Amino acid sequence: MAGRNGDLPRIGVYVCHCGTNIGGKVNVPEVVAFARTLPNVVVAREYKYMCSDPGQLLIKEDIQKLNINRVIVASCSPHLHEHTFRKATLEGGQNPYLFHMANIREHVSWVTDDPEKATEKAKAIIEAAVYRIQFHEPLESKQVPVNPDVLIVGGGIAGITAALTLANAGKKVYLVERESSIGGHMAKFDKTFPTLDCASCILTPKMTAVKDHPNIQLITYAEVLEVDGYVGNFTVKVKKKPRYVIEDRCIGCYVCVENCVYKTPKYPSEFDEGIGLRKPIYIPFPQAVPLVAVIDPETCIEFKSGRCPKKCQQACREVVGRDAIDFTQKEEILEIQVGAIVLATGFQTFDASRIPEYGYGRYPNVYTSLEIERLVNSSGPTGGEIVLRDGRKPRSVGIIHCVGSRDRNFNPWCSRVCCMYSLKLAHLVRERTGAEVYNFYIDMRTPGKGYEEFYEKLLHEGVHFIRGKVAEVTDWTINPEEAGRLVIRVEDSLIGVVRRIPVDMVILSVGLEPRADAEELRRLFNISCSAEGWFLERHPKLAPVSTYTDGVFIAGACQGPKDIPDTVAQAGAAAGEVLSLVDRGFIELEPNIAVIDARKCSGCHVCIALCPYSAISFNETENVAQINEALCKGCGVCVGACPSRAIHQQLFKDEQIMAEIEGLLMVE
Amino acid sequence: MAKKKVGFYWCASCGGCEEAVVDLAEDLLAALEQIEIVFWPVAMDFKREDVEKMADGEIFATFINGAVRLSEQEEIVHLLRRKSQVIVAFGACSHMGGIPGLANGVQREQILDYYYHSGPTVETNGSVEPDPGITKKEHGFDLPEFYRHVRALDQVIDVDYYIPGCAPPPAIVKGALAQLLAEEPPPPGTVLASSHALCHECELNETKPAEGIRIKEFKRPHQVEKIDPNTCLLVQGLVCLGPVTRGGCGALCVKGRMPCTGCFGPLDGVQDFGAAALSFVASIIDSNDPHEIERILDEGIPDPLGTFYLYSLPKSLLFQKLLGRNGKKVAESRPRKEKVEA
Repeated sequence: MAGRNGDLPRIGVYVCHCGTNIGGKVNVPEVVAFARTLPNVVVAREYKYMCSDPGQLLIKEDIQKLNINRVIVASCSPHLHEHTFRKATLEGGQNPYLFHMANIREHVSWVTDDPEKATEKAKAIIEAAVYRIQFHEPLESKQVPVNPDVLIVGGGIAGITAALTLANAGKKVYLVERESSIGGHMAKFDKTFPTLDCASCILTPKMTAVKDHPNIQLITYAEVLEVDGYVGNFTVKVKKKPRYVIEDRCIGCYVCVENCVYKTPKYPSEFDEGIGLRKPIYIPFPQAVPLVAVIDPETCIEFKSGRCPKKCQQACREVVGRDAIDFTQKEEILEIQVGAIVLATGFQTFDASRIPEYGYGRYPNVYTSLEIERLVNSSGPTGGEIVLRDGRKPRSVGIIHCVGSRDRNFNPWCSRVCCMYSLKLAHLVRERTGAEVYNFYIDMRTPGKGYEEFYEKLLHEGVHFIRGKVAEVTDWTINPEEAGRLVIRVEDSLIGVVRRIPVDMVILSVGLEPRADAEELRRLFNISCSAEGWFLERHPKLAPVSTYTDGVFIAGACQGPKDIPDTVAQAGAAAGEVLSLVDRGFIELEPNIAVIDARKCSGCHVCIALCPYSAISFNETENVAQINEALCKGCGVCVGACPSRAIHQQLFKDEQIMAEIEGLLMVE
Repeated sequence: MAKKKVGFYWCASCGGCEEAVVDLAEDLLAALEQIEIVFWPVAMDFKREDVEKMADGEIFATFINGAVRLSEQEEIVHLLRRKSQVIVAFGACSHMGGIPGLANGVQREQILDYYYHSGPTVETNGSVEPDPGITKKEHGFDLPEFYRHVRALDQVIDVDYYIPGCAPPPAIVKGALAQLLAEEPPPPGTVLASSHALCHECELNETKPAEGIRIKEFKRPHQVEKIDPNTCLLVQGLVCLGPVTRGGCGALCVKGRMPCTGCFGPLDGVQDFGAAALSFVASIIDSNDPHEIERILDEGIPDPLGTFYLYSLPKSLLFQKLLGRNGKKVAESRPRKEKVEA
């Protein structure tokens, strides 16, 4: 088998044990002995960790001493170490694309139970690589410039932090937020654990800083529609929903709200989790950024009947002199160009009505923790007073932990924040009402700076802790003490008895979930989700904010449940990754682009409309299609479609793929 | 200079390829200045014994048309291979299996059952199937065996050149003869036609829109009220296989307002004509909705096998795997694989 370049292939095969990851399942010495028998294999070696320096040195030395001109490393996924070994090949003195990686970890040892079968499979995959690499050619990678502007999706504390960090570094930032104000979940909280500092006191300055920052363009009430392009050069379409109030004119003076034909608020406020009410024209909360009113067309009389006296508009025009209300506003599509994207789309809380035995939605005095956050918030609907729906003050309150979390029937994961926020709410409720507070927990999980100390403090505040998973919340009472109250039935697993605890108020500590539309978002940005639906990081330890799509980063709870400190740290990390990408000014693209053989092209036009990057055009004088190398991303669509086989893709040529298949099928 | 000896033979074919030789007309007479026909069962009275008496390699070139399905065809092509320096697969059937090759889409038993028992015009009482053993005993002569599959010529013997077409147009045959008789014949394995797809020579190619082709609805020729002779047929929604088919014919069908059906077969490097055709047709569908795509294909292309594999089913990847590619070569490179009975 002569190589493509005329030189005879001299192949080196390096089989990695990956500690016991591969070596524990695959018989590596047997695989190495087998590799030595394959055509043109000059040397085959095994090593404990090929990615280590001594492992890479093996490759470099063999290239220099044994004139190896094709390198195969059989180890983990190319996602992880292809770059490492290409670099080692280059440093050894060979073209980095004369390297190929055989994945015998993710594809073999991790997924195959029987060691014998795993060994055979590893052999087949290595034989495939040996056959394929005969057809590898030296290639050159190319550089393209990076647009330094950044898109951040999601205006919670993660998005805000990343935006400010990047903007302070001088980068132009587009911050897109779905709601009418930034702030996210954190804006709804009263206090934050474990320091009990006021959430809005620390968040509001950051929100204002976003609004005022010359480098940040804030796009609220908007969603990303389309993402095109690639790392360094994304084109993003953003849909800005009509808020029927002209942002530039509104000063957030509330005159329109006051003059609305509805004298009192009538509709559940989304921001207040339905605990408070709002009018059809409203400002979600007093610290909203931007501080601009918004009209809900679902409830506004003008939109429903067209016969409203439109007093809000009149007041705005005549009292304030701004004329900011525009009932004819239409949705707007913005197109922005950026080099990198940070997704910080956050989480949603578990829908407590999915557990009917806890009575949420049935008993008015069963609340979710987020509703209580609004209730205890001094700028909330009750001004921070904790009262039941009928206005009474609760004398006893039960807080049920792990609602929807650590539950095989719902979400198996620990939501990480519920223990701590339950402690915080216990403290606040006890402080403000003097009520007896019962915490029903499975395990207390308080790892974190100052967290265990906070738990310790609560233990001394007279808050009750009952270890046991609550069976049900019921209004079925059996004695006068329980009458008219809610009874929490639970097995106290520390003393081994079933207990009935009568309370006035139940707080369900709902867990964190991926957002319902995480899957759509994942597709939009072409990244992966874990099985649970959290956005998948490139590496759980070493690349926690990168994704498998270059240029797209993730931060905050969209990647998994986390508290504010972790979220902020991760947002900073994402901003750092973005800076290291855009400040380099260029990126190196894999040379896996498509190439047209003009001698074979019949000019049939089939490929032209297919190219998602508009990289193919028709050359009228030559009567052939031609590819713009700078635009081609090597997606392979045209290669598959070309009826004349006139297009091939570097690194994925027919002969390479067919040889790989042949090699794979050789082992019996 | 002595005339070069040339033979013609037909296997499973319609006779159109024989006609194609006659269609050379005066050019055939001119060719006879250089060649001498020593075997041509359709037109001249030579027998198998005459060929058997020849020395190996005595014939310069034999042109064989038709696919191979009978044991007799297999025997004779092996004999001709021995006696000939050059074997030319002539026409789509010997090139790729041709229309007879579509029979590979059904079982041999189904074919025999239909033609000898259950077909609507067959009297079923006491019908027998052709059986080599019985005919020999009762009538004193052999019937050939009806093999399980249809094969292209190069799935039976080594083939040096291919003249494509159903049937090959006179210009292609004339050009091929000239190439074969030239001082420096083309490299073995060459298909003696254009190396570009048909669109390259089609006059309607320039009527394709610059932004490429997007099709919402495929139509069959009878469903189009008036086919516009001045616009690419593909653009009009007709399934024209020009982009995937080797050129050289001068786009004769397209000039007659009929879409190309692919008789010249695939271009060099294409492993499976039907798959390439399907892939290109799928590529130009103007929809991203799976249901709509299914509807467009179901309504516009009711017979995918007959559309995409009209001439090449035995040479599809699936049948290549089953029947062997260049029979012998596959057997050599894969000694461990069992040979499949043809």
